[in-house]
Amino acid sequence: MSKPIEIRWHGRGGQGAKTAALMFAEAVSAGGKFVQGFPEYGAERMGAPILAFNRISERPITIHSNVTDPEIVVVLDETLVGKAAVTDGLPPGGAIIVNTKKSPAEMKKRLGSTDVRVFTVDANQIALEALGMPIPNTPMMGALVRVSGLVPMEEFMELAEKLLYEKFRGKTNVVPGNLEAIRRAYQEVKGE
Amino acid sequence: MTGNEAVAFALKQIDPDVIAAYPITPQTDIVQYFSSFVADGAVKTEFVTVESEHSAMSATVGAAAAGARAMTATAANGLALMWEILYIAASNRLPIVMPVVNRALSGPINIHCDHSDTMGARDSGWIQLYSENAQEAYDNMFQALRIAEHPDVLLPVMVCLDGFIISHALENLVVNEDELVKNFIGAYKPQYPLLDVDNPVTVGPIDMYDFYFEHKRQQSEAMKNAQEVILAVAREYEQKTGRSYGLFEEYRMDDAEVAVLVMSSAAGTAKAAVDELREQGHKVGLVKLRVFRPFPHEKLAGALQHLKALAVMDRAESFSTMGGPLFNEVRSALYGAGGGPLVRDFIFGLGGRDIGVAEIVEIFKKTLETAAAGKVDEMVCYLGVRE
Repeated sequence: MSKPIEIRWHGRGGQGAKTAALMFAEAVSAGGKFVQGFPEYGAERMGAPILAFNRISERPITIHSNVTDPEIVVVLDETLVGKAAVTDGLPPGGAIIVNTKKSPAEMKKRLGSTDVRVFTVDANQIALEALGMPIPNTPMMGALVRVSGLVPMEEFMELAEKLLYEKFRGKTNVVPGNLEAIRRAYQEVKGE
Repeated sequence: MTGNEAVAFALKQIDPDVIAAYPITPQTDIVQYFSSFVADGAVKTEFVTVESEHSAMSATVGAAAAGARAMTATAANGLALMWEILYIAASNRLPIVMPVVNRALSGPINIHCDHSDTMGARDSGWIQLYSENAQEAYDNMFQALRIAEHPDVLLPVMVCLDGFIISHALENLVVNEDELVKNFIGAYKPQYPLLDVDNPVTVGPIDMYDFYFEHKRQQSEAMKNAQEVILAVAREYEQKTGRSYGLFEEYRMDDAEVAVLVMSSAAGTAKAAVDELREQGHKVGLVKLRVFRPFPHEKLAGALQHLKALAVMDRAESFSTMGGPLFNEVRSALYGAGGGPLVRDFIFGLGGRDIGVAEIVEIFKKTLETAAAGKVDEMVCYLGVRE
């Protein structure tokens, strides 16, 4: 793999797109790959559209610019579809994963893009049930693991568990719920 | 780790005697991470929270004069507020190391990456090292300490890393063993500490026309000495870690006819642009400047001499109306060196505007045209600006 795999996350401030992009990168790096995970900071406020990015490669990555032509797009907030240009730069056969109750076929119609692979998962509902809060970032990581195939699920879960315990040092009681949400989204994400 | 985490981890391994910092915006999370090391008892550092960046540098100066290994960290307007004291740190020859996360100076209000902050401080007498990525920022921290504390130098050092692009981006990082760091930096032996009561000294008294000039001259000499020390420290660091550093890095320069010269994170992106153009058969290369102060003018002129045309990329505006600060130093270094390339300036990325491979390929193409034409039509361009 000479070119890195590039991923773009769309979310709204407060949904944890940045955290997910960084945690995903860190987990994948522990498996021996070269990674980048970084946000595009706008005006930092709850609810504002934000972007975050990943590059994953077998070789060191020197490029330090935003991702404009991702192979995979992750959309944490369905209301961004039609507002943010979520499919921009996606090549034919590229994948987009949307957090929505809709089916992939319905979402494909809304996206108006016929040559990309559309995946959907109800990450809000999963997070509500597993965590008691509609924070979709950790379940969307599970969906991304499934769709990207960049890292085996069991390996990812081990790394995610370690990272989540580090991140939530003061409130480790939320970790099992997050792990449950990742696993459920991995299982429940649907393709066409 | 992110760039900020990498630098904070370097600070933890250095375990300085004193860190004075202003704990809110415009500070970076370097200090936030470091404060958790303090709270966890992972370092012995005396952590002084002060009420402004001006006070942060003042307290660091005081601690360094007392004989402590003292540090702080800053960014953007925080550095601007330190201004007055930057000169005092340098003129008192205090070997302070300070990571600076490069961010635009307001206004208009902007928190994103450019080099206007440290370029503004370029004449303050501080050594400046620029880092391409988190690894370099981490490695530069240890080397900076050795350079600053070298008896032939005794000057403060800024370790610069690009705001957000590096500071908030997570990348792979190879860290050193604590023991390696401890041996490399060694125990600090201050030369004339205030707290050495058996050998009393005065620090920072008034210095009139009879000696001020001589002291400034000595600062210049120390800066000149720094170049060899930087190289010697880099050689030793490479022996211990395998990671090589110099005054600048040359990338595919051997047979290059056209090159880009740039600092920090954009240099990594430019490497991809060089690779792309090399595949198409263009003889292009890259020079990444690591050390801006002292400016390695002779060695740089030597490395650029064989080119037909050179594009300098400046992430700061100087408002001289003749290009950015890097362009002016490079062009001045080439002037009188005999022959040398045609030189153009591309001011880019101000206020965090993204720069990708395609934009740098465009710079190369324009500069290849300059080489073919044999003359510079447009000396200074503003890249990707709506005009």
